[in-house]
Parts: sequence; structure tokens; C-alpha cells
Amino acid sequence: MKRFVKVIALALSLVLVLASAALADGFRTLDEVKESGKITIGLFHDKKPFGYVDENGEYQGYDVYLARRLAEDLGVELDIVAVDAPNRIEFLQSFKVDVILANFTYTDERAEQVDFALPYMKVALGVVSPESALVTDVEQLNGKKLIVSKGTTAETYFEKNYPDVELVKYDSYTDAYLGLLDGRGDGLSTDNTEVLAWAIENPGFAVGIESLGDLDTINPAVSKGNETLLAWINEEIVKLGEENFFHADYEATLRETYGENADADSLVVEGGVL
Amino acid sequence: MQGLGISVLFKGINFQRLLLGLWVTLRIALITIGISLVLGLIFGLLMMSRSKIARAVCRVWLEIVRFMPQLVLLYIVYFGFARLFGVNLDGETSAVIVFSFWGTAEMGDLFRGALTSIPKHQRESAAALGLTKAQINRYILLPQTARRLLPQAINLSTRIIKTTALVKMINVTEVLKVGQQIIGQFYREPSAAFWVYATVFLLYFLICWPISLLAGRLERYWN
Repeated sequence: MKRFVKVIALALSLVLVLASAALADGFRTLDEVKESGKITIGLFHDKKPFGYVDENGEYQGYDVYLARRLAEDLGVELDIVAVDAPNRIEFLQSFKVDVILANFTYTDERAEQVDFALPYMKVALGVVSPESALVTDVEQLNGKKLIVSKGTTAETYFEKNYPDVELVKYDSYTDAYLGLLDGRGDGLSTDNTEVLAWAIENPGFAVGIESLGDLDTINPAVSKGNETLLAWINEEIVKLGEENFFHADYEATLRETYGENADADSLVVEGGVL
Repeated sequence: MQGLGISVLFKGINFQRLLLGLWVTLRIALITIGISLVLGLIFGLLMMSRSKIARAVCRVWLEIVRFMPQLVLLYIVYFGFARLFGVNLDGETSAVIVFSFWGTAEMGDLFRGALTSIPKHQRESAAALGLTKAQINRYILLPQTARRLLPQAINLSTRIIKTTALVKMINVTEVLKVGQQIIGQFYREPSAAFWVYATVFLLYFLICWPISLLAGRLERYWN
């Protein structure tokens, strides 16, 4: 039996030796990324139109467009890692990726764990209403009914800032939209990306207010303390702003979803300046 | 497009991608099953060894594998190793390590169970007939153990195949992850999810079914 113990010990040490060959201590600095000739970027793989894989197996979307450009300007190859919303921070903390570009919304809580670069997109609330009685200003809603989903930012925002607006609350997005179709409210409010896309598919409705409330921004993120890479990304975002890169990105990837009439400026952030 | 969810399967190279994902699933499962079989035999023998330490180690190993969800083990190896020891393994390697860690212990326990279930008199009668120890192992114990082990080993193998679905959480694009990508790509087509998941179900079935058929056949042949 002693032999078996030896065999197992040998196998285990072999695994460890092989594993340490792939040793990675901490994040990769800008120079290390350049030297390796490859940048690893975490992207969504199933969130159209921001990061998804198309029917030809190619990554597409607003975030992907930026990822390709970052790799190109660094002069390195792009290595895409498909991440999901709950493990985005984990990928950075374990140095599995250099950058996360998976539509990562800035929050103070997250900022303690990763370093955010300058924003490249913003999300606010939007209000969709029937074209026949389009709501273009929040004041128009005083004394009227506004449909919201429970637990959303729209609910808290209106309760706090516009107590005169009567809220009609639904448990799910689907029910809320059905409520609007049935005429149970004068408008509906949720994230502007959502209402914009919905209005396109439902003729007779339009988004009268495209940007309202506290802005949330979407930023690239790097591992905590990776200053060289962070600084390069920030510089790059400012530089890309000069050529209106993110508007081009919007036209290429988001226009189809939000329609001809949507205003790119309600989503796009150029040069990291809100 | 409404009501034509099935068509999303044949857009572009989507179907090929699903099959490619299936191959990744199969590859991880086959390597794992191979390693588990070999190491499982050693593990089973160690469980019956006279060394108290070896038995204790096996016991602890087996209990860890039984109590820890596989997903937690995957996270420990994929993310945890990188953070704690700077060992940056890719998703597939991590998956094979974790599933082999699990499969070895389970297979070992099955092997031990099968071997100890063979009545003592089999060995004693063979010895009385003058067979050597090697002959007893080769002609008496091994065939009977194999027969008892087979159904359970097959069961474990299909469980391993199905559990590989978890590796999508550690950046391995296997069949289920491809399925989700296709659904995400056609998020406005409500019936797409049904057809994609139905196809994934069918693909899993197509791998697992022949395995249990083969097992059934072998069992009948031996009886």
C-alpha cells in the first residue's frame, strides 16, 4: 500500500508543478500586457445589444466594439473571456482578466473592490407614453397616473421627487407594459434603454422623456491598484472622445435596437465627460 | 418571426456551435471519467488499506466531495487558486481537476463497496482449490467486482456528464452556454428559449442514453 501513497504523492506534486508553470502573481501592468501581445477582456456573451455572440459565433455589441478598439490601439490581440453579471468582480480580483467591459455600472460598493475608469455610457430613467398624449415633461404627470415596476429605481425616484404623480405599481416588467397597453396609466417609467427599445416594437408609443433622474454610468474596470492600465484606458477614452468614437459605436451597435428617432446623447458618453 | 423560435437554431452556424459546445462537454466528461476510473481503483484499495492514515485521508476526501457543492469546488480551483497561490488555471483544466477529484472519491467508494460485497467464501474456496493470490484476483474477484461495479459506475458517469453544465460559470463555452448565447442573441423571440433548451436536453439525452443502453446490454450478457 505504501507504493500507492507514493504514486499519489507523485501525481499531486506533478499537478502542482504544472500548475505553477502558469503562475500569475497579481494583475498585469500595462507593459506586461503589451509584452505578452494579448489583452484579456471580460465581456457579456448573452446581453444583446451590449455584449453577445451572433449567429456566426462572433462577439458583437457596444462593449465589444470598444474592446476591439482598445486592443487595436494597444497593438495587441484581443482575448475575450465570457463573464456573467454575478462573477464580474471575481474575474478581476483573481486576475483572470485585465479589464471588464461587461456593461459594468459604477457603484460605490463596487469601487471599493475594483478600479473604475472613465465612463463610456450612461443610464437614466425614461418615460414612455402614447403618441396621442405624449408626455415630454415630468410636470405634465402631476395628478396623473404613471406605471412603474415595484423595486425599481423609477419607483423610488418618483416617490421621493414627485409625490404628486400617482404611481400604478406592477410586480413585473411584463405586467407593467401590459398595463400601459391597456391604458391603465398615462405613461410608464423605467431604465431609458428599456423604454426606448420597447417603444420601437410597439407602434403608437414613444419615449417623450429620454433621460431623467440620477445618472448611472457604465465604466471599464480593472483590478484594484492596476494604475498603469487604468491610466492608459482613461487617456484612451479621452482620445476616442475627440473622434466621437462612442457615437460611431452607438450607430454600429445600438441604433438598430433604439430606432431612428432615439437620441444617441441620452446614452453615449464621449471622452468620459458627462 | 413570431412563433418560429425553432428557426433560431439554424441561423448562421448556430447549430454547429451547439455541437461544438457538446464536444467540449463530452471532452471534459470523458477525460474526467478516464482519470476517475484509474485513480478510483487506487482510491478504493487505499480505503481498504491497513494504514490508518491512508484510510483517514480517504475518508476526509470523500466527505469533502460529498458535502461540497461542485460549483463551490470549481470556484475554489478557478478563482481561489489564482487569488491565494497565484495559480492561474484555465476553465477546462479547473473543471477536469475538480470533477476528477470528485469522481475519484466516488468511484473509489463504489469499487470498495463492490469488492467487499463479494462473499468471503469465494476467496477461501479458491485458495482451497490451490489458486495463487494473483489467480484469485484475476479469475475470481475481478470479474465479480466488475459486474457489481458496472451499473453504479455508469450511473456516476452520466452524473459527471450532466454536472459539466456547471463549467459555464468558469468561462468554458460548453453546450449550455452556447444555448444561452443563442437565446441572448434572439431575446425578442419568446419561443427561442424553449427550442434552444429542448435541443440542449435532446443532446444530453443522446450522449447519456447510449451509455446506459450499453450498460444494460453488458449486464444481461454477464447474467
